Amino acid sequence: MAVNPFQHADSASRVSGPPSGGDYLADSIFRIIALSCAALIVVLILYILWEIGGLALPAMAQHGLSFVSGTTWNVGTQEFGVLPEIWGTLYSSFLALILGGTFGVGIAIFLTQDFIHARLAAVFRTIVELLAAIPSVVYGLWGIYVVIPMLRPVADWLHSELGFIPIFGTELSGPGMAPAALVLAIMILPTVAAITVDAFRRIPYKVKEAAYGMGTTRWEAILKVMLPTASSGILAALVLGFGRALGETMALAMLIGNSNQINLSLFAPANTLASLLASSFPEAGQIEVQALMYAAVVLLLITLIVNIVGLGIQQYTVRKFEGKA
Amino acid sequence: MSDIDLTSRPQALPRLSLERRPFELRALTSGLLTGLTWGIAILGSIPLFSVIIMLVTEGGARLDIEALTALPPAGFEMGGGFANAIVGTLVMVAIATVISVPIGLLAAIYLAILDPYSPLAGTARFVAKTLTGFPSILAGVFTYAVLVINFGYSAVAGGVALAVLMLPTVVLAAEESMKQVPQKMTDAAYGMGCTRAQVIWKVVLPTGLPGILTGVMLAVAGAAGESAPLLFTALFSNYFMSELMEPTASLSILIYNFSSMPFDNQIELAWAASLVLVLIVLVFNILARLIGQSKV
Repeated sequence: MAVNPFQHADSASRVSGPPSGGDYLADSIFRIIALSCAALIVVLILYILWEIGGLALPAMAQHGLSFVSGTTWNVGTQEFGVLPEIWGTLYSSFLALILGGTFGVGIAIFLTQDFIHARLAAVFRTIVELLAAIPSVVYGLWGIYVVIPMLRPVADWLHSELGFIPIFGTELSGPGMAPAALVLAIMILPTVAAITVDAFRRIPYKVKEAAYGMGTTRWEAILKVMLPTASSGILAALVLGFGRALGETMALAMLIGNSNQINLSLFAPANTLASLLASSFPEAGQIEVQALMYAAVVLLLITLIVNIVGLGIQQYTVRKFEGKA
Repeated sequence: MSDIDLTSRPQALPRLSLERRPFELRALTSGLLTGLTWGIAILGSIPLFSVIIMLVTEGGARLDIEALTALPPAGFEMGGGFANAIVGTLVMVAIATVISVPIGLLAAIYLAILDPYSPLAGTARFVAKTLTGFPSILAGVFTYAVLVINFGYSAVAGGVALAVLMLPTVVLAAEESMKQVPQKMTDAAYGMGCTRAQVIWKVVLPTGLPGILTGVMLAVAGAAGESAPLLFTALFSNYFMSELMEPTASLSILIYNFSSMPFDNQIELAWAASLVLVLIVLVFNILARLIGQSKV
């Protein structure tokens, strides 16, 4: 009688066979767990909105829109207005964006357009990435003991010589908008540089070669071909960098001076939504906590909108170059 | 038809010249902008070097055994250290890792393998990307609303706040790394009759492990340096932690508190603590890079 080649497959030590009922069960349980974890991420952001919104509700009902247009924050009289904080948040982020954006895009050009050997460029990129790894509080400490003393003579000179221009209108007494915006610019520089480098990398090498082939100088190629082609990616980098700056907390809480005023001067102290939260929350009573939750909602909405716009532009860029619908 | 003469060379446009001179305007512009770019690159790296020099000189001067083993000094006291803050930071980062890595990994498995094109996956991916730009202080506000109001300030609350910030980084890095696993390998495993769970556990996870670990390390490095979410979740403490449900010290909050004190001793300690914090963050960053390089 011939040996049945399939006989051992039925024995206990089979090496192959159809999945057993237990395998099917494990598979579907695993699938459900993974699915609920993915769903958890979506639920998380809704839950964040729900919780913060829920606690802010009494303050919202009481103050309404005057919260956004009011300029005083007085726990004693229960007057809460965050217009100076909104102004400070936008102004500091805007200043940081001008400076950090220029440097970020400049460094991205430096890294991708063959200015230095590829290996050196890799080293330099590590340096920029390390800049992003330094904690915010350390930047704050550095700002207090390095940037502010360094800025003081410059600020004094600008104020005494050009004090008639509003942006130099006050003296730098210590913490203020200028040191805060400068440190903020350094903090968003790696974000802007990384996304811009990515945008340049997506441009096919042919495009640059064609430009050089037409006899352009390096900068004609960069300004007339590379930058326009990468423009949407660079825009995404700037918007996402702006979003990063809006939510930055600790360095600003340490450097901006936490003063509730609207001033165009670069040297005047100011405040931001995030640093208002950081400085007032730990000692806040119940009424103030509700007002702070309202401020958190304002910050959340501003950053969500900016981030979603930035991500939208970034996705558009990716599709443009990868040709996906 | 006869006016097209194919035999003669086309006349070059009179204003364009193929000749290049070193001092013509376009060459000068190019040179000027190149110089400007070099300037930007050099100027842009000055802050990093300045921070490092300050950390090494100011922080290094005070970093000794006492700083690493003693408790924070009060007011006018001399000496002291931040041992409890080091312990607190490590414990809270560990709590955050234990919470965020399993959830993040499972979510990434769903996004990368189980159902990449479903509406849920698309939404989850978008939310994760949005959350990477989420202001870290709002993670603190959220945890305050959920945990602190009911249970008080604690290391667990601090850990949860950090976990909210780590989660999107872990999800996106793990998804990216699992997508890199060649389809041939998963197809081969399915062909041998593996169930999906088996393919994931025995093929995708081991192959994607270096990339996943890189993402986890970067998330840990980021969480270790965070301070805003800890401000009003873990608060601070001048003593060693004895349990997880009490206010807990962390290096970043210690730096924040000490930086504004009028005492030289505290400010020196803030620099030393900054050096330790940056070293912890750098160790995880370098680990991430090493693991990342080791993958093919």
